[in-house]
Amino acid sequence: MMLKFIVRRLLQLVPVLIGVTFLVFIMLHITPGDPAEVLAGEGATVETIENINERLGLNEPLHQQYLSFLSNAVQFDFGTSWRTGREVSSEIAPRFFVTLELAIYSTILSVFLGVIAGVISAVRRYSLTDVTIMLVALFGLSMPNFWLGLMLMQWFAVKLDWLPATGWGSGSQVILPVIALGTAGAAIIARMTRSSMLEIISQDYIRTARAKGVTEKVVIYRHALRNAMIPVVTVVGLQFGYLLGGAVLTETVFAINGLGRLVVDRIASRDFPVIQASILVIASLFVFVNVLVDISYRILNKRIDLD
Amino acid sequence: MAVLKQEQKINLTTKKQHPRLRSMKDFYRKLKRNKAALVGGYLILFLTIVSLIGPYFLSNGINDVDYTARLQPPSAEYWLGTDQHGRDIFSRIIYGGQITLIVGFLSVALGGIVGVAIGIASGYYGGKIDTVIMRLMDILLAFPGILLALAIVSILGPDIVNVIYAVAIYSIPSFARIARGSTLSVKKLEYIDAVRGIGAGDFRILVRHVLPNVISPLIVQATLSIATAILTASGLSFLGLGAQPPSPEWGAMLNDGRGYMHDAGHIALFPGLAIVIAVLAFNLFGDGIRDALDPKSK
Repeated sequence: MMLKFIVRRLLQLVPVLIGVTFLVFIMLHITPGDPAEVLAGEGATVETIENINERLGLNEPLHQQYLSFLSNAVQFDFGTSWRTGREVSSEIAPRFFVTLELAIYSTILSVFLGVIAGVISAVRRYSLTDVTIMLVALFGLSMPNFWLGLMLMQWFAVKLDWLPATGWGSGSQVILPVIALGTAGAAIIARMTRSSMLEIISQDYIRTARAKGVTEKVVIYRHALRNAMIPVVTVVGLQFGYLLGGAVLTETVFAINGLGRLVVDRIASRDFPVIQASILVIASLFVFVNVLVDISYRILNKRIDLD
Repeated sequence: MAVLKQEQKINLTTKKQHPRLRSMKDFYRKLKRNKAALVGGYLILFLTIVSLIGPYFLSNGINDVDYTARLQPPSAEYWLGTDQHGRDIFSRIIYGGQITLIVGFLSVALGGIVGVAIGIASGYYGGKIDTVIMRLMDILLAFPGILLALAIVSILGPDIVNVIYAVAIYSIPSFARIARGSTLSVKKLEYIDAVRGIGAGDFRILVRHVLPNVISPLIVQATLSIATAILTASGLSFLGLGAQPPSPEWGAMLNDGRGYMHDAGHIALFPGLAIVIAVLAFNLFGDGIRDALDPKSK
């Protein structure tokens, strides 16, 4: 039963991934202006442009171009960069791992902070602590991560000189970007955890547990929290994707050489192979993560009808 | 003619069964008691008024360059200080508010209308149309966060108008999903069958009977989407892909001033605070109306 569900869920990925690759492929073709002219630069002869069209296969029918794009993409072959002439896959690979690291650390931070804050809020419902936590969360999710990044940088790097302002790699370089990127996620998870906990706490079996004389701690942490985490799991998957996207801004603030910053840099020079490959890689990863989350959600919550 | 009259009659009786009027009053009552919604609502009103009429009262223009007054801290003359070109940051933020609100409203209106139309049609017709449309929405949702907007801007070119299109397209799927879900539940109600039975066409049913019944979750979504739209649009401008200098768009101002943070921290502080206040206002209001519309709340 479960296996069948997993197989079906994976099969559902196929049309989505085909759609995603098609959208990314078509970017180059719906952009105003002829790609070969962009690549050739200003003042290129007709002959040069024709050569480029020939070399890149831009004269082929569209569906054929898409098929070769797809079969190359599956093998992680995205051609060569229009700007540097280097292989796209070797250009984006190191960048990708930086962005992945940033997104994973930020997700961990937001789950950790968010769950703790949400549980405290729910347990002390309507108290001053609850109100304060929820207000902070509201600010947290209303704050642009790039501005938070700038402010953190100004205080902890420029004024206090405690942490480095830019870069990525060493432990101290990681702290500020991860806080900047993870805060909004923490806020969303805190709100989610709180409302989920409150719903569970009002359920009959919690009342039964209390009536049986189970201590409050056991009620909260063994019975309530475990069940309250089920809906939170789905949010974590979405958050991870959001952080992959949001990393573009954080990377720009802290001058981190990640994939997002690469895309932004190359938009100006219209380096389409690099832009397309980067966007495709992030979107595919996001789609896979969400399927994984979906599957773990079903495993956690066996009561759900598998249809 | 007879058909029309009958339909109106059914309308009247359904109104009695579904006391929309009473529930509107109920809604306002709950909304007024919700402090967060009130604060959010007044903040939105305040921001709108200030950015609409504020510019008439400003003595400093947005592009009045004064190199004798560069990087000034906040003072009586320059309330929020000046930037690296000696421009008054307060005036620029007020003008920038117009851009922010227009981009927020327009992109959500555009994305909302398209998304709702798609979602209602999808839910109402069901079958293959529904499957295809929802798969398309899944594909759009596969591009996380700001990434879809980034892709669209890289196609159309960096410009604030293109940011509106980008954010609009980016918000279509969430509207479509909500509209579809609500339509599916409304579709099952008996009175829709009754209206169809007396000869009302699909379009009429969708616009007159389905839409009003699915509107409340959409209003919540629209309000919260404006908050996201403001964040996304200012983010794109911050990346240099939206409003271009010397525009006083808040994200562009942050991008403009971030090289001067060592000497003058206020340059990066105030435009960001403006974004936070605007986003907060829509989030508060959106949360508030969601609670007020929730049948479980008292």
